[in-house]
Amino acid sequence: MNGIHDLGGAQGYGPVYVEPNEPVFHGDWERRVLGMFPALFATGQFHVDEFRHAIERMSPLEYLRGTYYEHWLHAFETLLVEKGLVTADELERGQPASAKAASPALTPAMVDGLLASGASARMDEEKAARFAVGDRVRVINRNPGGHTRMPRYARGKVGTIALDHGAFVYPDTVAHGKGAHPQHVYSVSFTATELWGKDAAPNDTVRIDLWDDYLEAV
Amino acid sequence: MGHHDDHGHHHEHDGYQAPPEAIALRVKALESLLVEKGLVDPAAVDAVVDTYEHKVGPRNGARVVAKAWVDPEYRARLLDDATSAIAELGFSGVQGEDMVVLENTPEVHNVTVCTLCSCYPWPTLGLPPAWYKAAPYRSRVVIDPRGVLAEFGLDVPRDKEIRVWDSTAELRYMVLPERPAGSEGMSEEALAELVTRDSMIGTGVPKQPGKA
Repeated sequence: MNGIHDLGGAQGYGPVYVEPNEPVFHGDWERRVLGMFPALFATGQFHVDEFRHAIERMSPLEYLRGTYYEHWLHAFETLLVEKGLVTADELERGQPASAKAASPALTPAMVDGLLASGASARMDEEKAARFAVGDRVRVINRNPGGHTRMPRYARGKVGTIALDHGAFVYPDTVAHGKGAHPQHVYSVSFTATELWGKDAAPNDTVRIDLWDDYLEAV
Repeated sequence: MGHHDDHGHHHEHDGYQAPPEAIALRVKALESLLVEKGLVDPAAVDAVVDTYEHKVGPRNGARVVAKAWVDPEYRARLLDDATSAIAELGFSGVQGEDMVVLENTPEVHNVTVCTLCSCYPWPTLGLPPAWYKAAPYRSRVVIDPRGVLAEFGLDVPRDKEIRVWDSTAELRYMVLPERPAGSEGMSEEALAELVTRDSMIGTGVPKQPGKA
């Protein structure tokens, strides 16, 4: 979706503010939100692209006002209700409507192993790569209302396949429960002048990771 | 609460905002609900927090860089298959499942960003700093990399290519900075001390030997 999250190339957000001696967490609530992330993912009930899409669906005002971990909190609340793990009423009241029904998917003994292994999105390809390193490609002009990882600033632009990363889960379908449909992801190199016009530095480039379906031959 | 800014003067321009108490209460309510429903074990949450607060951070990435500087065969493996080469040092897992290492050279300066969210290589760099996740960096570094790098104190000559990597997919990127002049003969451990987090993002360069 053409959401507020799709920030590449936007102007007016001001200088980068680097907080001196920034701590890992700014408060205990940030710790709890970070820690709940693997605990909830271990339930196997939601995919990382569903999580991202829950953030993308935030109101633009809330998104810009909120910090990173507030985005996560919003996504937890949204997905827990949508998946039926908690009801909106329970969330509202902070009390469970019924007695304990589940046992936690993530136990302390599992944490080290889970964090050290992660969950790669790499999969065997469902369809062969249509492009090879060196090919010229154009990012298609498409504006899906759902989840996509095709940033607006790349659409319609012409670049060159720089790397073929292999096949990965396709976010546009998996975020909507429509299957993994793994396909090749390429690092596509765009000149800064192609993306931003003739005032851009002539030697600069931007490399964007794009799925096979986002591209067409030039 | 560790960070409160009553004046709020940098809120308007950096996207970072100290949370109101309401957010902390909302988090507490959510966690206790999930614990009561048997969905979350708070001790597992504690263990995750402990890992990212105390065990994982940019010192991991610095060890990778220092080893690549002193060991040409390791460097070759790192550039060929970063995930495996990084795992050799014991760093792997969540948000580093599929790694790519980008080599800075006299011709190319690499810098990483996630314009769509805040993807970052956790096993080697730890959790991202607030600025990496906020709108100013994410919006600008692709359209005005030279301006952003100048704010970080880096002036890149115009004939040198700045190569910005937007991690829109599940690959996680880390920069292998150039080894600083004057570091010849230094031990791997001493070299690792020169490697800053920002030099592995591409918004900085390693410290010079002999300087703090």
